[in-house]
Amino acid sequence: MKTIKEINEKIKNGQVVAVTADEVIDLVAKKGVKKAAQEVDVVTTGTFGPMCSSGAYFNIGHSKPRIKIGAGTCKFNDVPAYTGFAAADIYLGATALPDDDPRNKVYPGEFKYGGAHVIQELVAGKDVRLEAQAYGTDCYPRKKLETLINIKDLNEAVLFNIRNCYQNYNVAVNLSDRPIYTYMGMLKANLGNASYCSAGQLSPLLKDPDYRTIGIGTKIFLGGGIGYVAWQGTQHNPGVARKENGVPQAPAGTLAVIGDLKQMKPEWLVGVSMLGYGVSLGVGIGVPIPVLDEEVVKAAAVRDEEIYTQITDYSESYPQMIPGSLGEVNYAQLKTGKIVVRDKQVPVGSLSSYSRAREIAEELKSWIKKGDFLLTDPVAQIPNRESGYVFKALKERPF
Amino acid sequence: MVSRRIVLHFPTRLGDQPIVYKLAKDFNLQFNILKAFITPQEEGLMILELKGKSDDYNKGIEYLQGCGVQIQSLSQDVIRDESKCTHCGICVPICPTGALTVDAHTRKVSFHSNKCIACEACIKICPTRAMEVHF
Ligand code: SF4
Ligand code: SF4
Repeated sequence: MKTIKEINEKIKNGQVVAVTADEVIDLVAKKGVKKAAQEVDVVTTGTFGPMCSSGAYFNIGHSKPRIKIGAGTCKFNDVPAYTGFAAADIYLGATALPDDDPRNKVYPGEFKYGGAHVIQELVAGKDVRLEAQAYGTDCYPRKKLETLINIKDLNEAVLFNIRNCYQNYNVAVNLSDRPIYTYMGMLKANLGNASYCSAGQLSPLLKDPDYRTIGIGTKIFLGGGIGYVAWQGTQHNPGVARKENGVPQAPAGTLAVIGDLKQMKPEWLVGVSMLGYGVSLGVGIGVPIPVLDEEVVKAAAVRDEEIYTQITDYSESYPQMIPGSLGEVNYAQLKTGKIVVRDKQVPVGSLSSYSRAREIAEELKSWIKKGDFLLTDPVAQIPNRESGYVFKALKERPF
Repeated sequence: MVSRRIVLHFPTRLGDQPIVYKLAKDFNLQFNILKAFITPQEEGLMILELKGKSDDYNKGIEYLQGCGVQIQSLSQDVIRDESKCTHCGICVPICPTGALTVDAHTRKVSFHSNKCIACEACIKICPTRAMEVHF
């Protein structure tokens, strides 16, 4: 048994033993759970993939004369942002598109530029065009503002993602006879390919399946800077079916995360364009898992072979909300690049970057070893499988 | 005189016939094989530079098509902007020739431009638009 306080002392003394979530697998295989739990203090995880429910809020400072952008309109490089706050606070969502983007009118739409790209450019230190319109009040008389802005001049620039870091995800395939364009990528007709989106054995919530150490207030690697878990993410669904090792067999837990955008890096917040679907933000997240006891290290040493997920048809089953799986596969099978679905060999691609996830886990490990990153005790747990917390579908009530 | 770069797609059944050789013998065309390989789907692929009199060239193309060879013109090159690629791997099963592969150990995605036939299938599906066509 170790406490976070003790681990932090070791971090400060430079004596901490930190390993990545793939290294801990070999370590446990070699030395056993008991020895590994004694030797290792922190396991670092990582994931890098498109996370649509991402965005950032800004306070741009007050112009002279003042303008109340609140309840007006505001665009960053032509991408509309949300203004339903006070005068100078604005939220820009990752999937927002310029008004003149053709969307899917020219099918499949290309979605070349959106909110996520603006966020990446801001983080890269580029100037961005801000255009705002307001109705004007006695205290905020100005009605129009057009200016270049730069992240360094903003008062606050905060990444606040309401759902990131999915604990497991579907494998998408297409049973229909035409290609389809989804958030899981292009899926060729008749089971032409399959795509998955998880870092598997490196992915944060898959390595702490019951959220014992990851909770509200957990300090994390976020977009190359430091962030915190703010809450459970939207659509958090801890009650799904799980294997004996406690690992969910379908999309389950999620995290809402927050952090100072000014410290982040454009390599870890990447605007992406999903053909025929829309814009999203590629987000890099790394979560440290303190090795409090043997259970923690045992869960953190789960291998790709032991993490299963469901093959889902995105031509009908997913869009029509028809439950059902075409089979179960594990991440080791997915990583061979081929799976069998309905007796057919299907080539597999990944949307989540495992090599980037590994870099994140390594980076977080080096921060911890250098003494730059102390761990936090969560201030509250996020709902686990015993909580009864469920993700419900919408029950429409026509009026 | 015409001189063009074209991609020939050979169905499996034509694998062992001296079709290209006939272009020189029967149609007086000069050819230069730039790339040739078999795709994972067992299709033969060849990128040719074909030169000759316009009349002969057209007859040669007709002959190839008559044999069941599909022809695609190659007027561009595909490159990858390394700074944009995040090594996700979503392009790997989309590429028909195996020009995009993922390393089993590092999980990094390599682009083998010698296998690329510039079919452009990867261009718009790459989420970061790292794959670029240059004319
Ligand atoms: S889809 Fe694009 S970003 Fe992903 S591996 Fe291929 S080239 Fe790189
Ligand atoms: S253009 Fe892209 S998909 Fe087509 S052969 Fe080249 S690398 Fe493969």
